[in-house]
Amino acid sequence: MVDGISFAIGRGEFCGILGPNGAGKTTTLKMLVGNAPPSAGKLWVMGFSIPAQARAMRRKIGIVPQSDNLDPDFSVVENLAVYGRYFGLSGREVRARIPELLKLAALEDKADARISQLSGGMKRRLSIVRALINRPELLILDEPTTGLDPQIRQNLWKLLRHLQKEGLTIILTTHYMDEAERLCQRIILMDHGRVLADQSPQALIRDSIESHVLEVHGSDLDHWVGEAPVPERIRCERIGESLFFYGERLDCLVASLDEWNGLNYAYRPANLEDVFLKLTGRELRDG
Amino acid sequence: MAEAFSRWGAVWRRNALVWRKSARTALLGGFAEPLFYLFALGYGLGSFIGQLDGFSYLGFLAAGIISTSAMNAATFEGLYLAYTRMEVLRTWDGMLAAPLDISDVVMGEILWMGTKSFISAGLILVVTAAFGFTAHWTALGVLPVAFIAGLCFGSLALLVTSFARSYDFFVYYITLAVTPMVLLSGVFFPLASLPEPLRLGMACLPLYHVVEVVRPLAAGRLGVDLLWHLAVPSAYAAVTAMMAIWRFRRRLLQ
Repeated sequence: MVDGISFAIGRGEFCGILGPNGAGKTTTLKMLVGNAPPSAGKLWVMGFSIPAQARAMRRKIGIVPQSDNLDPDFSVVENLAVYGRYFGLSGREVRARIPELLKLAALEDKADARISQLSGGMKRRLSIVRALINRPELLILDEPTTGLDPQIRQNLWKLLRHLQKEGLTIILTTHYMDEAERLCQRIILMDHGRVLADQSPQALIRDSIESHVLEVHGSDLDHWVGEAPVPERIRCERIGESLFFYGERLDCLVASLDEWNGLNYAYRPANLEDVFLKLTGRELRDG
Repeated sequence: MAEAFSRWGAVWRRNALVWRKSARTALLGGFAEPLFYLFALGYGLGSFIGQLDGFSYLGFLAAGIISTSAMNAATFEGLYLAYTRMEVLRTWDGMLAAPLDISDVVMGEILWMGTKSFISAGLILVVTAAFGFTAHWTALGVLPVAFIAGLCFGSLALLVTSFARSYDFFVYYITLAVTPMVLLSGVFFPLASLPEPLRLGMACLPLYHVVEVVRPLAAGRLGVDLLWHLAVPSAYAAVTAMMAIWRFRRRLLQ
């Protein structure tokens, strides 16, 4: 469910919608493509009023679903060809488009393979290029790299970055903060159906959280913290077995840690994950 | 309208291409089994029965089996296969991400179900014609009737599917609707042998009317009453198709 959300995404932007499970990301995407009519408010996508003109709008966008829904009865090429027909493309147009898409997905030598013969990464790439069959101006991806291993994720990021350079507007949802920080020029952070923040990742980090984070864990944690020279006005949180300190300069704390063998620590610039946890809270969401 | 047809055609075409890949197995199931019934019962019971309503028992039964197999083909497609496409393969989600909406998907599916019934009835017709049970040229008219029957039973099955949360749900429809229809719609024996209330009840259901069109057509007996009988499955198709679209909108778009 979403509740009074409002945002506008410009042409050519790479925008990430972030939020914990149940934040309203998927509902927002479903609304954008016209498959969940909003109960109130106005929605335009590429100049089309949604849901009234959703079908005409979907002619000009591509959608990559959260879980692959490729047709297991068809080969790679047949999947693309059948999908092209859903857009009203002629057999000739589709046949002309397929080689480009196979190249983009690096699946040229898998053209006649069955879907069951493809690896997880290949399926994902096929799902992405399938959504490009109609030469869309906007590509919408729902958690495109969830459940994939790091190499495959890197590979997909490269593909998406390439597509944006070619002029495509991209909207994706994710709950991988590194993915959002690397790819997106703009982050819409949602929780409980509302927009919490709408900024570039850098601005979001700068404006929402202290510049540095010190993360400490280990058996001597309680001893150390009793003796540590924790300065005034330093925000500190205990999460599980770790202590997190947030501040502009934490060098004095770091220096005091070196004498303690039973402690591990990481001192680093704040990242999107810190912002995410600060703004959406730390309780576990199983919804 | 032409545009709508091309959208429905895209859905139809997808199903047709999948079917073509496994056509041989699919044909064996949909084609051999009804023929076993036809020959076993037709020869077995036929020798005791002789003529029925002016038909040889084999001719009588052939029309019933053609009608039943038209119903079964569309019903199976509308229940199990459509549910698989909707919930398991998520094929419909893919279509709804393209410029197709629920009505396009449902109409394309229903047209495909009509086609399945057409194919199924057509194959049996070839065999029964070869054996001389359905010899008259008007028997060709059975094919469009089977198509309409497919639209009717396909729409009904899709309406059932729109309520289904698992495959188990279909047992209710098969046991409580399909099986009684097969047994009591004049497929194996004339409806006249049934008590009046049951006869009236079956006359409200579409299979009886399909049989009442197929049987005279296959034997070359034409009459205006055939059109009346044909109106029943047509009306069922139109109304249940609309209801199925409405139901799937509620189920899938929220």
